[in-house]
Amino acid sequence: MRDAFGQPQSAIVFGGTSDIAQATVRQLVAKRLDRVVLVGRNATALGELQQALTNSGCSTVEIVVSDAADPHSAPRAVDDAFAALGQPADLVLMAVGLLGDQRANDDSAERTAEMFTVNTTWPAAVLAGVRGRMVAQGYGQLVVLSSVAAIRTRRANYAYGAGKMGLDGYARGLAASLAGTGVTVQIVRPGFVTTKMTAHLDKGPFATTADAVATVIVKGLATKSTVLYAPGMVKFVFAILRHLPEALWRRLPG
Amino acid sequence: MAEEQRATVAGWGNTARANQHIVTPTSAQEIEELLHHAKHGVIPRGLGRSYGDPAQVAGGTVLSNAALQEFGPIDRTTGLVTLGSGVSIDNLLSVAIPHGFFVPVTPGTRQVTIGGAIASDIHGKNHHVDGSFMNHVQSLDLVTPTGLVHVSPTKDPDLFWATAGGMGLTGVILRATIKLLKIDSAYVTVDTTRHQNLDEVMAAMIEGDHRYRYSVAWVDCMTSGARLGRGVLTRGDHAPADVAQGRASAEDAIPTKPRLSIPFDAPSGLLNRLSITAFNEAWFRRAPKNKVGGIERISTFFHPLDGVANWNRLYGQRGFVQYQFVVPDDQADTIRLAIERLSSSKVPSFLAVLKRFGPANLSPMSFPTPGWTLALDLPVGPPALPAVLDELDQLVGQAGGRVYFAKDSRMSPASVAQMYPRIEAFRSVLNRVDPDGVMVSDLARRLNLRGTSNA
Ligand SMILES: Cc1cc2nc3c(=O)[nH]c(=O)nc-3n(C[C@H](O)[C@H](O)[C@H](O)COP(=O)(O)OP(=O)(O)OC[C@H]3O[C@@H](n4cnc5c(N)ncnc54)[C@H](O)[C@@H]3O)c2cc1C
Repeated sequence: MRDAFGQPQSAIVFGGTSDIAQATVRQLVAKRLDRVVLVGRNATALGELQQALTNSGCSTVEIVVSDAADPHSAPRAVDDAFAALGQPADLVLMAVGLLGDQRANDDSAERTAEMFTVNTTWPAAVLAGVRGRMVAQGYGQLVVLSSVAAIRTRRANYAYGAGKMGLDGYARGLAASLAGTGVTVQIVRPGFVTTKMTAHLDKGPFATTADAVATVIVKGLATKSTVLYAPGMVKFVFAILRHLPEALWRRLPG
Repeated sequence: MAEEQRATVAGWGNTARANQHIVTPTSAQEIEELLHHAKHGVIPRGLGRSYGDPAQVAGGTVLSNAALQEFGPIDRTTGLVTLGSGVSIDNLLSVAIPHGFFVPVTPGTRQVTIGGAIASDIHGKNHHVDGSFMNHVQSLDLVTPTGLVHVSPTKDPDLFWATAGGMGLTGVILRATIKLLKIDSAYVTVDTTRHQNLDEVMAAMIEGDHRYRYSVAWVDCMTSGARLGRGVLTRGDHAPADVAQGRASAEDAIPTKPRLSIPFDAPSGLLNRLSITAFNEAWFRRAPKNKVGGIERISTFFHPLDGVANWNRLYGQRGFVQYQFVVPDDQADTIRLAIERLSSSKVPSFLAVLKRFGPANLSPMSFPTPGWTLALDLPVGPPALPAVLDELDQLVGQAGGRVYFAKDSRMSPASVAQMYPRIEAFRSVLNRVDPDGVMVSDLARRLNLRGTSNA
């Protein structure tokens, strides 16, 4: 069960090896988290994290291998994850994402399709599968990783941004659909995060780290905010930037 | 047939909410059927005055005791009365006081039910003299998942005592026979003393508590240094009949409605360090330095907070937690350490309640054990709070003390094992009367009270 501070004891993490997911799980384990299911594509990386979490005192860490590039794998991933947990999930963290290389995507139908599958279709399908189970549980927290890129698309990563836009919008609707069920949804919109997904890129403005985003998530669990920003100030910056004339917007760095 | 609906509820602290079915059965038979057919866990609920999650079970069924209202009659010579578990202390007092009787143990609010009083084995300001609620219960009828039973200290004592402080997990209490206290007036004689720091307060309590039936101190946890834990000690006894002469009749001494009400959640943060420090200061200055033989109405003395309905909403959307622990007499220093820790971490806290407990009863799970108990209200919000409370758990556990389930909403399962060393005796009773694990609450799941860890 989660406690009065919104801290979970059990969690399912989709995209378990992403830097943000790892940092979040580590912080949660230092509090009350004790049973975790990690869902991801890379069994070796999941295994390493499993070992680390077991060493830091988790009583159960299970692995489910599933590839978000295949949208048909979504229902199965949900079934397997809940079966592996074997009890209600206090928290479900959706941290699957693919930043991609926009220049390479520009003229590729295939790669663009994959961008939307991984960033939108698969996560949304999983969330839909999770929804009914959480409603039956009568409580639970869903945390969906979006991005400030979802607020307004940019030349540098518009497939990614548009994909997150779809997921972000879906998650907001999901939140509304869950009113009164005891289940809540929180959407996290980090700024530019320096992770392995972005290591090859120049740091954009409002750069932050996976650990800092994790801290925002862990603190956010105790609040009723539907949308969380990391760092917090990007909320205000983007409130202005989203209204910039297109000509100016395009010329912004990063 | 019992009505059924789905609803989201939380405890008095307004923290973790849970959505579940809520049913209000009217008879033992209905309860038996409900327990028989339940698929996802059942837990009884009274008036929801527990702070955390013992009276909710997300995804399961909450069984409200509201329709179990059997009442009396009161035996005028012995004070014995049989009450449905849904009768509130408020209802009971409004009938009993005019007839010269009082509840043997009352908490700081009248809005608790007999079922809740037994399940938490509640204590009052008279614990050092009279013990906890269950000490005054002669017998009870309980619907367990394996059937209806009548239990008492001589008939299945293990089940009787496991139900005391058992947080609803042994089954649904249908009715209980309790022994009321005879009183001669609806007034209390009160001595009030003001003390500059914690040591003074504690010394005064050690020196003189035995002279009073009721004793409690309110201490300020926002002060530090030489004034750390300054407090106001109030002690009293039921007043003799002649005191009441010329005063309002007994009926008038019973408030019927709260005078004020908080209709909506206040913005979180309304109660912050500044406002709470100011409140504590004003309250300390208002108390008389030393006043002997004051006369107070029963309601003013026992239930001052009941004058404001829904005062918990002042804590806003995020809600608040209460931390109450007890430590043995020879570990009294833990009280000081706890106040120092809170004061230095700048976690705001309203006045804390300090009291000395007398001997414990036979229950394995009941909270009161001999020593000092401190209860603090803490708004959720300060980032340091969760870790500070975890530290206090350690301190309390190492001192051989424990935290009160009726107030808890954030403890860890590991602390429970340390603080309640007789929990295995409790679990073996549960395994006997509820082998399939039908009775479950969010509290029980969070703290792994059943010991299955998979609940
Ligand atoms: C302002 C305030 C002051 C308080 N002061 C004190 C105090 O001084 N001393 C003290 O000890 N406590 C105190 N409390 C706590 C309170 O007395 C307990 O939490 C009590 O159990 C609440 O009773 P309730 O009827 O609201 O029960 P709920 O909070 O609804 O339920 C509490 C527990 O009782 C169980 N329960 C309820 N009905 C039944 C039943 N029919 N059969 C079996 N189990 C049942 C529930 O399952 C749950 O585990 C205070 C609370 C408040 C809000």
